[in-house]
Amino acid sequence: MSQALDEIKIGGLGASRKRVEDDRFIRGRGNYTDDITLPGMLHMEILRSPLAHARIKSVDASKAWDIPGVRLVLTGEMMATRNLAWMPTLSYDTQAVLATDKVRFQGQEVACVIADDPYIAKDACEAIDVEYEPLPVIVNPVQAQADGAPVIRDDKENQPDNVIYDWEVGDKAGTDRAFEQADVISKLKLHYPRSHPSPIECCGSIADFNRATSKLTVYMTTQAPHIIRAAVALVAELPEHMIRIVSPDIGGGFGNKVPVYPGYVCSILASILLERPVKWIEDKSGNLISTGFARDMYLDSEMALRKDGKILGVRIHADADHGAFFSDAQPSKFKIGLLHSAFAAYDIPAGHLTARGTYSNKAPGGVAYRCSFRVTEAMFFQERMMQAAAVDLGIDQAEFRRMNFVQDEQFPYRTAFGFLTDSGQYAKCLDVGLKAVGYEEFRQQQAEARKRGRLLGLGISTMTEPLGAGNSREYDILGIKMFDSAELKVHMTGKAILRTGAKSQGQGHETTWAQIVAHELGLPAEDVVVEEGDTDTAPFGMGTYASRSTPVAGAAVAMVSRKIRAKARKLAAHLLEVSEEDIEWELGRFYVRSAPDRGVTIQECAMAAYSNMPDGMEPGLENTAYYDPPNLTWPFAVYIVTVEVDPETGVWDVLNMVAVDDCGVRINPMIVEGQIMGGLTEAYAMSSTQFITFDSEGNCVGSNYMDYMLPSAWETPGFELHSEVVTPSPHHPIGAKGVGECAAVGGPAAFVNAVMDAISDTGVRNIDMPLLPDRVWEAIKYHRDVSGAPPVRADD
Amino acid sequence: MYPSRFRYEAPRSIAEAIALLREGGDDAKVLAGGQSLVPLMKLRFASPELIVDINNLPGLDYHREDPDGTIRIGALCRHADLERSALLKARQPVMAAAAPLIADPIVRNRGTLVGSLCHADPQGDWASVVTALGGFVVARGPGGRRTIPIADFVTGPFQNALAPDEIAVEAIIPAPKGALAGGYLKLERRVGDFATVGVAVATESSGGKVTRAGIALTGVGGSTINATAAAEALVGQPLSAESIRQAADLAAEAARPRTDHRGSAEYKRHMVRTFVVRILSRGDGGEAAAGNGGEAGAGNGSEAGAGGGTQNSAGNGTADGGAERAA
Repeated sequence: MSQALDEIKIGGLGASRKRVEDDRFIRGRGNYTDDITLPGMLHMEILRSPLAHARIKSVDASKAWDIPGVRLVLTGEMMATRNLAWMPTLSYDTQAVLATDKVRFQGQEVACVIADDPYIAKDACEAIDVEYEPLPVIVNPVQAQADGAPVIRDDKENQPDNVIYDWEVGDKAGTDRAFEQADVISKLKLHYPRSHPSPIECCGSIADFNRATSKLTVYMTTQAPHIIRAAVALVAELPEHMIRIVSPDIGGGFGNKVPVYPGYVCSILASILLERPVKWIEDKSGNLISTGFARDMYLDSEMALRKDGKILGVRIHADADHGAFFSDAQPSKFKIGLLHSAFAAYDIPAGHLTARGTYSNKAPGGVAYRCSFRVTEAMFFQERMMQAAAVDLGIDQAEFRRMNFVQDEQFPYRTAFGFLTDSGQYAKCLDVGLKAVGYEEFRQQQAEARKRGRLLGLGISTMTEPLGAGNSREYDILGIKMFDSAELKVHMTGKAILRTGAKSQGQGHETTWAQIVAHELGLPAEDVVVEEGDTDTAPFGMGTYASRSTPVAGAAVAMVSRKIRAKARKLAAHLLEVSEEDIEWELGRFYVRSAPDRGVTIQECAMAAYSNMPDGMEPGLENTAYYDPPNLTWPFAVYIVTVEVDPETGVWDVLNMVAVDDCGVRINPMIVEGQIMGGLTEAYAMSSTQFITFDSEGNCVGSNYMDYMLPSAWETPGFELHSEVVTPSPHHPIGAKGVGECAAVGGPAAFVNAVMDAISDTGVRNIDMPLLPDRVWEAIKYHRDVSGAPPVRADD
Repeated sequence: MYPSRFRYEAPRSIAEAIALLREGGDDAKVLAGGQSLVPLMKLRFASPELIVDINNLPGLDYHREDPDGTIRIGALCRHADLERSALLKARQPVMAAAAPLIADPIVRNRGTLVGSLCHADPQGDWASVVTALGGFVVARGPGGRRTIPIADFVTGPFQNALAPDEIAVEAIIPAPKGALAGGYLKLERRVGDFATVGVAVATESSGGKVTRAGIALTGVGGSTINATAAAEALVGQPLSAESIRQAADLAAEAARPRTDHRGSAEYKRHMVRTFVVRILSRGDGGEAAAGNGGEAGAGNGSEAGAGGGTQNSAGNGTADGGAERAA
């Protein structure tokens, strides 16, 4: 009997295999959109509005046309003649491609120049004269809903005000009853500031329309190439089979590269008009000032509690500031995304959530940034509310959470807002975290330090995140159901190529997908090459965002491997001259049940598929699987942070951070840890320094890396990661749950809770993020809440 | 980066450089480290027609001490040279404290002290340090060489006293007449951020009394602020809790901060006061500043931030620091 394969050695499930894509990235041999040069290629630059809200009185491009090397100037007016001045958004609104009537946010696209080189294009943009008539500016939902507020979207019929939607979910009557029965009602109001996904590579595209073949090829930075193909087919009215979207290497996405942006549309139109390739590469300010942002939500809520700590119900109201266009790239039928996943980890009988979306003179977006469609706001609010409620009740932070957790035996658990959580061991994760951080000892240390005027604090945050959008019943984009796909072709020598409908932007698909194949088929992972992002070759899929790759495309990889294995089994039976029922499988090998040393390897089966198949069998060994998940997957995590706050300066330092992630089965533990560390870094950034905000004139503060503070290695605290709790997803083929966003989702509340705990003697209930030292100092000095985004406060 | 079109020259001698500047007039700019000029050109906030790159000029990359204790820094001496300088660590605690806090390591590798003074950014660190130390800038032009006190050299935000055809070739830090002490503290949101607040303090003492003091403020006004009244409050007496408090209050009064996304005006004023006290309180041992934020802001699971005493304890009277990167 042959030795069974060692799964870790072949790079299967659980192997911390080095990322195969890193070799080319580290050597500078990646192939990003801006690396691509096509013969005869022209360059496009965008002229953006300096004002947040203004009527366009005139656009005079004559001086731009006069500059040698300028090939085309596109204005809103020219787009309008082609019915392209506006485009549909993924949230059933419209968005200006190039402004015609008004500009509605600072940085909005007003005109484009296509020229021989980018220097000329930029010079020509500066030569375009735009005459603006400034209009009153709206930068938050309060202003948007004020009496007499200017209507931002006066382009739309039946839009008398700035309200986009009112939406609700849950049981209002039941929740009202819970509040009537409450001993204590806890309240909390907060703002989750606007942030930006800020991938290091900005957006860009190279459109190449070939008149001879009528084919349009677009190389572009998109996380969802097939959706873009569908959108281009619909917007540009080109036949779908004549459109090829290619996503080459992508330098980070974080949700920023899901939407369709005006730059893509203009480069496509320009290429069609000029019959030459047109390259558009966004600069950093353009990316930060105009593309899909995240958060910017005001939450005002209350919790009904029994004296003993039992949560009876929760009421949540959210005001979401969507910017000038409702362009959320989110596939749920819920207007406010998955905000109602809040409190999903807690056994709460009743809940009611209302949400209102409003327009403002700010860049459009709202759901991007490492977040499964507003789960970040949900979990942040949940854990800030849990902290406030525990303080109100005088119950220990950890104990309060433990007593309200959904218990292990309650799964599958229907939440008050209607989600069905699949599995978890919440209390166990909390225990691991408390032990790691030394909870009891820290509380003693904290009390002693306080006597000497030192402020130590500990913050707990838990999170559970609905991942894997979707199932096709509840999730679609433009009517296309949310499934994903994988195609596996095993060559005769047992080497293979795998393609999926997802698209890696740093997640490491080329590494991990091969590991799933290795796990299912026993092919060494290094024998499987992974290709994604080309709509001419990849199977149709919905792309990568919302931590959906592993839950959906990853599942498809497992399923297609199983289809291959099923055929290989028939080939094995043929080779071994026994009936299929007599065949057993071990990793990489079929053998005869009654004679285990008689067997054939998967590679021998592959060769037979091309050279020795049984009569009547279709040759070849390839297949495709489309996977429609039966439910979302629900990873869980506990994050605990300890800090010290300097009472004199408001500066706070992280002493320790412990992360306990239960994301189900880990395909590549090293990549999972990298994802968690990256997410925690972003969580720290959002809690401490990182935000985009606007002054009263709608000027964007945070439109470059001097003001939009990505943390460096210097500031970023160390993290202690724990992986000892593993609850496999009961419905995912390999038990994985997804992890890419968890730490960014659950992390921020842990940092904020720790600082609030440190200054709890002041009685201050909330400091809105980011917790810049001056805000912490203000809270300590004046014993008052510090609310809103920083520049909102007036000088003197 | 797509700046406006410009002509680029890289002269091999000062005379040649001056001739080029003369030719270019107001539309010419000197390029040394480029860490301020190049970003401005990228954003097209600056569109000079002529760039005179002085990096090929020989003999300007020095920093050295004269026999009398005067320190001279050449126009091509990089921040990183100063950060690693054994000379500054031994002889110039205020500069040694500031050098590692300039921007980030990448900027420090290319940027220059003299260039920073010329740029005259109100949030620039070196201008405060050189002001507190009573330094000078040496300019070379067609008419020869002149030495300009720093207070006269920085004429306003992003404005200096150079004529269009002059090049700043050297900064001079005069020799202290007594025991030199002091430091530089800076609050920033992140490494590489401009200072929310920066405070430079230098004192010279002999016979148990402060004989000279300089206090200068970064980021809390339209330009570098020379807090002369605050400095005067220290002179002529031994350093005491009372004189320190008085100097701190006067420095806070001299500040002209504005509320912005880095913090409120009130907070920035408070931080000026706090930093003056912290720098001056270190040497006399008893009043080691409380709180954390020290140890270069690390956090990072280390002992840092575990409260009083974790700051760099250096500064007053010692030669190895007085630096703190808060936040």
